[in-house]
Order: sequence, then C-alpha cells, then structure tokens
Amino acid sequence: MGKRIAKEVSIAIAEAVKQCKVDVIAAYPITPQTHIVEHLSELVASGELDAEYVTVESEHSAMSACLGSVATGARTFTSTSAQGLALMHEILFIAPALRLPVVMVVANRALSAPISIWNDHSDIMAERDIGWIQTFAENGQEAVDLVYHAFRVAEDRRVMFPFIVNIDGFNLSHMIEPIELPDQELVDQYLPPFKPKYKLDPRKPISMGPVGIPEIYIEAKKAQDEAFKNAYKVVVKAWDEFERIFGRRYNPVETYRMEDAEVALLIMGSLAETAMTAVDKMREAGKKVGLVRIRLWRPFPLKDFVKAVKGVKMLAVIDRALSIGATGGPVAVEARSALYQVPGRPRVVNFIAGLGGRDVTVEDFEEMADKAYFYMKKKPKEPYEMIGVKE
Amino acid sequence: MLKELAKFKGFSAKNLPKEEPFAPGHRACQGCGEVLALRLALKALGMNVIAVSATGCMEIISSPFPYTSWRVPWIHIAFENAAAVASGVESALKALKRKGRFPKNRRVDVVVFAGDGGTADIGLQALSGALERGHDFVYICLDNEAYMNTGVQRSSCTPYGAMTTTSPPGEKSFGQMTWKKNVPAIAAAHGIPYVATATPAFFLDLMNKVKKAALVDGPAYVHIFAPCPTGWGTKGEESIMLAKLAVETRIFPLYEVIEGKYYITRKITKPKPVEEYLKRQRRFRHLAEEQIRAIQQRVDAEYERLLKLAECL
Repeated sequence: MGKRIAKEVSIAIAEAVKQCKVDVIAAYPITPQTHIVEHLSELVASGELDAEYVTVESEHSAMSACLGSVATGARTFTSTSAQGLALMHEILFIAPALRLPVVMVVANRALSAPISIWNDHSDIMAERDIGWIQTFAENGQEAVDLVYHAFRVAEDRRVMFPFIVNIDGFNLSHMIEPIELPDQELVDQYLPPFKPKYKLDPRKPISMGPVGIPEIYIEAKKAQDEAFKNAYKVVVKAWDEFERIFGRRYNPVETYRMEDAEVALLIMGSLAETAMTAVDKMREAGKKVGLVRIRLWRPFPLKDFVKAVKGVKMLAVIDRALSIGATGGPVAVEARSALYQVPGRPRVVNFIAGLGGRDVTVEDFEEMADKAYFYMKKKPKEPYEMIGVKE
Repeated sequence: MLKELAKFKGFSAKNLPKEEPFAPGHRACQGCGEVLALRLALKALGMNVIAVSATGCMEIISSPFPYTSWRVPWIHIAFENAAAVASGVESALKALKRKGRFPKNRRVDVVVFAGDGGTADIGLQALSGALERGHDFVYICLDNEAYMNTGVQRSSCTPYGAMTTTSPPGEKSFGQMTWKKNVPAIAAAHGIPYVATATPAFFLDLMNKVKKAALVDGPAYVHIFAPCPTGWGTKGEESIMLAKLAVETRIFPLYEVIEGKYYITRKITKPKPVEEYLKRQRRFRHLAEEQIRAIQQRVDAEYERLLKLAECL
C-alpha cells in the first residue's frame, strides 16, 4: 500500500486524478476549487500526467468541452464551485441524457448573493435533479477514494453516467490531512481503461444529441431514469471491489453510534466529523443520540436510509442549504418524502446550519439534538429553523 | 502562402468528391441556402470528419430521432457552446493519438456548424475562447441573418433595415436599426491562420475555402452567407441568384484572410446597385429611399475599407 502522508486535500485529489490517467481536463478557475486545477496543470506541465489541459474561458465551456471530449472516447475530468457550477447548469442536464461519463469534483460553496466564497451546499442542491451520480466526502481520504470510485462507476458500461464528488470548500478542500495515495498498480487494477461502446469516430459514425420529438421524448427519459436507478447496484459493487483492493469500506449511508438511538442527526459532508464529537459528548452525558451520514446522494439510497434511521424517534436533518419558500431544506424534504410510507417512521425536524461558511460547532450540534428532544414533547411551529443566526 | 496549402490544387467541376457526407431526406425548407452550404462544406471535407452542431435550423432539420442526415460522426450539445464542444473533441483526439488509442496518422477534421445567432450572439464567447486557444478546427458560420429556427427574430447579423419579428418596421422604426456585426473581422482579430467568406452561389469557391480552412494547422473560420426564403420572404428558386447578387452588389464581399493578410477572392469592379438585391425580398419591402441610400453608402464605404486592407499588403 501507499504511504500515509500529510497533504492538502485538493492536492491529493489532483494526484488521484493523475493516477486515474485522465486524457483531458477542461476547467475554469474559481475559489475554492483552484488548488485542484492548479495542481493538475502543474502535473501536465511537468509531464507527470499525459493529458490535454484545456484552459476554457468559462465553466459553461468547461462542461461543454468535457462533453465533447468524453464523446470522443477520452477520460475526462473537471472541477468547479458555486457560480461556476451554476453557469454549467444548462449543460449538466445534457451529460447524463447523452450518457457521457465526465467526472467532476465540486468544492461546495455558497451561491451569490451576497457573494461568498465560503462553504455550504447551496451550489450543489440547486443541481439536485441534473441526473448525475453524486457522492459527498467527509474527509480527505474519503475525497480521494471517491475520485477513483467515481471514474470506475461512471465509465462502467452498465452505468455511463456523469459523476460528481462533493467536497466542502475550504473546510475540506484546503485542509491538510494524513492521506494515503495507493500504489499505481492498485489503481490500475481497480480502474480499467475507458472503452465506451459509442464514440465519435469517423470509422463508425453515429449521431449524438438528436431532436427528441414528442413521440420519443418521454421514452428517452424513462430509459434514462431506469438506467440511473440501476446504477445503484454498480455504485455499491464498486465499493465492495474498492474494499477488496484498497482495504477501506464505503457504504451509501454511514451510521455512528446509532444502536438504541432515540435522536439521530442526519448530515452530509465534512461537518459529520464535528457531529461525531458532539454525539460522543452527548452519549457520555447519557443522551441516546446517534449520527447518520448520507454518502451517496444520487441515486438516493432509499433502502439504506430507511434502514439506518429505523427505530429512531426523532430525526434531526441538518441542511447546509436553504430552499427558500419550501417546506424544508433539500435534504429534509428528501428525508420526509422517503419516510412518509414507512410504518413507525421517525418524526423529522429540520435545521439549516452553516450557510456561507458559518462555523457549526459541537455546541451547535448539541443544541440541535436538545431541540430535537424538546420537539418530541412539543411540536415545532415551523417546518424548519435556522441555527446560529445572530439576533 | 501557408505551407499546408501549397499542395492543395483546388476543386473543379472535374474532380468533385463523390461522397455525400450529408444525406438527403432532411427537413429543410425548399430553397434553403443554408443546407446547401452545409452539404457543400461537408463534401469538401470528406468522410474523415467529426462534426459539431450548435442548436439551430441545421441541427433540427438533420436529426429528428431516429433519422439522421449525418453520415459522419456528429454531436449536438446546445446552442452557445459548439466551439467549446469542438475544443473538447479536438483535445480528446490529440490526447488519444498521443497515447496510441487512436491511429496517429489518421487525419480527422473537427468542424463546427453554427448559425449567425449561435456565432455572433450567444456563441461569441465560446468561439473567441476556442480561437484564442488555437485548437485545430474549422468553425463554419452559416449566416442566414436572423434566428430563423424560432421564427425569424433579429440577430446581430441581421442587416440594417431588415424586417424580422423582433425588428418590425412601424411608426418609429424602419426594421433593424443597427449594422450587421462583422464576425469575420472579429475572428481575424484573434490572429488565426485562416478566415474566409463564402456563399453557395459560388460553390467551388466555397468548397475550396472550407478545404483550405481544414488544411491549415490551427483554428479557421469560414463565414458563409446563406439565403433563407422563409425568413427573407423570397422565392425558393431565387436563393442562388440572391446569394450571387449579394456578392455582385458588394453587400457580401468574398475574401480570405490568410495569416492576417486580406485577399479579395472575387473583385467586383462594376457593382450592381444594392436596390436590385433589396427589392426582391419582403424583409426590405418597407424601406424608403433614405434607408436604401444609407445602405448603399455603407456598402460602398465598407468595400473601400476592404480594398485598403487588401492593398496595404
């Protein structure tokens, strides 16, 4: 196995992308994604990575160039954040519909306005329904491991969908953590060369991106939806295989101290680390609190999720994004919907926390758990509330 | 002369390629000048092509699933990004060839087809980016002077005075109130090796220019003037004649810009009055003497400017 050494997470991600032997990178700089693409351009410039680095003039063109590249049969990577992701929006929907497996790391950041370079999940939650497979990393090692996994799953012929690995901007992207980069042989063993069934090649011409007249549009979407649901199995199998080769286990949903838990905190991303400390503290104080973390956001792992929260009285969903005018944050809405048909389901309360880079502390998590206990007896007045707002 | 072009002898009536990379049976209007230009351009390029279309008439009429007119590999992603998609295709080919996953010596020309809206308006940024980065590809703007696919709305390539559905003449308007954007000059300003203008009325000239655009190393831009009977209010059988008139009146001069040097490829020494061209089209029917005079003056001045650009060198 490779050595465990201290590295900035962004740098480690770029190294992992190199180990995946990408052919083309098309990216536009935006904070906090920059260290990833800067390091990739260094690797290309030094010859350590044999790839074309396309310095596009916008994120819209970044995603467009990526699609052209994957369609031609090249392994392709990009990365962005916030406004950049929003600018890609139009093209993001086209990638999965044309079954073009780009891999993208999104360093999650708040959307303007007010303009903020700091972390939350509002950028990616606006892209919930684009039809990309999406995972959320908790720490640096996981971020790196999810990159290998993303290429492996996306390019699998049973899948052929684009893939986003979400990492929290700054809070994860700029952390220096002990990270193990595996030996190249193992990566090669895990990730076979990209061999798409269909590509742009004059030796075997095909037409990609035709007009979908009303007689076929809905059938095309149904086919896409079915294929996407089926991708779940490959996602999990690729993690089984990952464990076999690299020795680390990943699941669609992770639980922490959930045995006999009455209250469960539900979260995605790097804040789970702080939440675990809070859970430990509360457990010591005799409170039956546990933690559920969703790693696979799309396709939503319904069964794993329902199983993870089974027996819980109160589920406190912590959203890192605001869905203005809705009945809760995006994750809470998803959780409520997922649980609605489940007999004996837990009640769901929703907290919006850590918007635009505001720290969410151990005490904040304790406060949320306490509120969840309180709401067991007294129903909350509102479907969601914001935590840590200065009066 | 660029060394890549030295060996190119040019097409003539005797050596036209037999292949038709663009198949008949598509859904273009009768008399469409654009689809003719597209067919001729592909004929010049041959079968070793990867084509990228911007959203627009040509994309819509050529690809109603499960039918396709494209006998060469073709991709359409969206409206404003064809040049960016082509950047990706070209970069992928480069990487795959270098890494031995695509035959190294097999020449593949990457070509973009976009309309005037997809080029001069919404796609200008992506075009500029791709030209600046120096990708080896051909960008062909098929200019029918408005957003025809959505029902004849004005673009920045719509000529002065023309009536469209968003530049209607009225009490306070004579139609399009602005002058046509000079996209070939914008392309040339990027310092790319090859820029040209063409029209299907001079089909050998068109094919030669497209072929040259493909032969040069680096980006090339070809601006093709393409009459649209539906949008212009003209007779389908007059499309070629109108395209010819546009050249003969100096409204659409034919030239090349090779490594920054301008060459007029068809000098018009005895120009016909612009009125001859304007009066045959419903889109100009409402114009008064005053505007026709303004158009004539502008055309004269622009041609003088072009002559100077070509003479300086």
